Amino acid sequence: MNDQSKAFTMEMDKSGSVASDTVMNPHKVTSRKVSVFYGLKQALFDIDLDIPDRAVMALIGPSGCGKSTFLRCLNRMNDTIPDCRVTGEIKVDGRDVHDPDLDVVELRGRVGMVFQKPNPFPKSIFENIAYGPRIHGLARSKSDLEEIVISSLEKAGLLSEVKDRIHEPGTGLSGGQQQRLCIARAIAVNPELILMDEPCSALDPIATAKVEELIDELKKNYCIVIVTHSMQQAARVSQRTAFFHLGILVEEGSTADIFTNPTDKRTQDYITGRFG
Amino acid sequence: MLSYLILVLLLLILAGFALGHRKALAVGATSDVRMHSLAGYHGWYVAALVGIPSFVLVLLWLLFQGPVVDWLLIGSLPKEGVDGLDKGQLDLLISQIKSVAAGNIFGDPDAVVLEAADRYNRWNTIADWALFVLAVAVALAGIALAQQRISARFRARNTVELVMSGLMIACSLIAILTTFGIVASLLYESLRFFDKVSVAEFLTGLNWEPQIPIREGQVTAGGAFGAIPVFAGTLLIALIAMVVATPIGLFAAVYLTEYASSKFRSVIKPLLEILAGIPTVVYGFFAVLTVAPAIRNIGQAMGFEIAPNSAFAAGAVMGIMLIPFISSLSDDAIASVPQSMRDGSYALGATKGETITKVLLPSALPGIMGGVLLAASRAIGETMIVVMAAGIIASLTFNPFEPVTTVTVQIMTLLTGDTEFDNPKTLAAFALGLVLFLSTLVLNIIALRIVQKYREQYE
Repeated sequence: MNDQSKAFTMEMDKSGSVASDTVMNPHKVTSRKVSVFYGLKQALFDIDLDIPDRAVMALIGPSGCGKSTFLRCLNRMNDTIPDCRVTGEIKVDGRDVHDPDLDVVELRGRVGMVFQKPNPFPKSIFENIAYGPRIHGLARSKSDLEEIVISSLEKAGLLSEVKDRIHEPGTGLSGGQQQRLCIARAIAVNPELILMDEPCSALDPIATAKVEELIDELKKNYCIVIVTHSMQQAARVSQRTAFFHLGILVEEGSTADIFTNPTDKRTQDYITGRFG
Repeated sequence: MLSYLILVLLLLILAGFALGHRKALAVGATSDVRMHSLAGYHGWYVAALVGIPSFVLVLLWLLFQGPVVDWLLIGSLPKEGVDGLDKGQLDLLISQIKSVAAGNIFGDPDAVVLEAADRYNRWNTIADWALFVLAVAVALAGIALAQQRISARFRARNTVELVMSGLMIACSLIAILTTFGIVASLLYESLRFFDKVSVAEFLTGLNWEPQIPIREGQVTAGGAFGAIPVFAGTLLIALIAMVVATPIGLFAAVYLTEYASSKFRSVIKPLLEILAGIPTVVYGFFAVLTVAPAIRNIGQAMGFEIAPNSAFAAGAVMGIMLIPFISSLSDDAIASVPQSMRDGSYALGATKGETITKVLLPSALPGIMGGVLLAASRAIGETMIVVMAAGIIASLTFNPFEPVTTVTVQIMTLLTGDTEFDNPKTLAAFALGLVLFLSTLVLNIIALRIVQKYREQYE
């Protein structure tokens, strides 16, 4: 066990969660030889990457390097793209996501996702969050549903800002609030893993800081994978970092190591700003 | 005469463009300052100054030439011939003079009429020539004036832009003014109808028998103008059409946008839109020759009597006609919901069906409602199918297997054949038309309101 995983195990202990689980099975996601093809074009080449539970994993790399594509493999969102083919093995909680017996709808219930641009539904704030719990039948009564909505808003740090206008359209919020609404919406279905695809790239620095604070808070209970173009953001929020380049996973390690002491020249060039 | 004038004016416009263009180039070559506008803009400026005033003059002239000449004609008739004539007789005399002037001489016209016809022709010739000379003069003046203004500093580019926006305003005004004209004529004739039949009787009466004796001793009913059965028939047929068209169109749109492969979609969508291109008269005989007998046979096999021109046959075929309206507009509305909405829903673990019913359809609702209401106003106003397949007798019934009649069918039967324009039978058509216009107007307003309401809420 390296220093980094020790570090987050210790953090688990502090937050009072069951630490033994993390020690026994520190990897929420394991992927082996994952390749993705868009038609004839191969976008990802044999990715082997393990993602620890209750921590933040950052995926960095220049545009078009395949980091978002990899992220979308984890909840099989690539299924919605015609001509997209994924090979290799991805296990979430030890279960292969491509298992024909596995219900993709159920998988996506366990693996939440937040997108680059905030995409609240054209419904009220309440309805936006209630959507997931409703379709998954998580609430038995109306008061259950209200409780889920309130606690999700609370966890996303949005409750104090919107509690007077919870039945107003979610699209009327500011960009940063919309993005936190989308995070609240993802939390509401009680996922174990949250995928974030450049969640702050459309936000101003203040909204970004709030979302980052939230990510820091959420990692106590969730496994988070974040794609980002901002190296500072990766350094700030993540415990582990993976560097992708041209569809290849170049290097993966603790964030501190990657940023201070990268082993690969390409990683070094990228983080020092020589390309990308 | 007029066509020569227009030809000459077009040539002058071309000449104006060429002259302006050349002058601008010449000025640009000698001037110390850079030309503000390209030579082409100067050319367009001259052309506009030549064309617009002269064409406006021609239009106004043509509008007023007829009435002015008529007025002169009446004034020139001998006093003893005109005095004591009422308006109708005077109109008759004037039209007799005009037809003699046009060379259609029936019988033996009076010497006064022959003389007046001669005068009429002469005045018209004078007026035509005056117009020709005046219009060409205006055009030439335009060339001269515009040529003078061409200089390096003259902002022809902005001026042409201004003229273009003026032209666009004029074009949109034409459409609006035409609508006002239609409403005004409908209102005028309807008011004449309501002089003879009370509004209350028209709007609440249950009996519609518009046949009125035109000649002495003709055997018809006395005439009754209660339009409720006609409105009821229209609503019944429109309702049947919408019940057929809305679900089919909507489901087709959902299938095409969300489920069909792009290959299938590229074949099916144009095929579906062909339906919109079939002339309604073809739908009409499809309804009357194929669908109505089929429905009747099915009814007979099951042991009940169905009229050969049932509301159901007309409504169902009209529904088929409306499918492409609804499917095409709903298709556009659903396809324009951003992909991020679908992604958001799928990422939360929603199935395709849940995504469609809970996210896509609500988001696309304004567009879908727009399509449905557009189809509804088409259904109410559709004429040919119902003329051929629905009945003419106005019976107040909500049984779709009995014949009913519609507003459009009645308007058509009232206005074709022997008509007299001061007879309530004929005037009733205008009152029906007015109601039809108002109801489609209200439908359109509701459609706009719905679209606006959801826009406000969702964007």
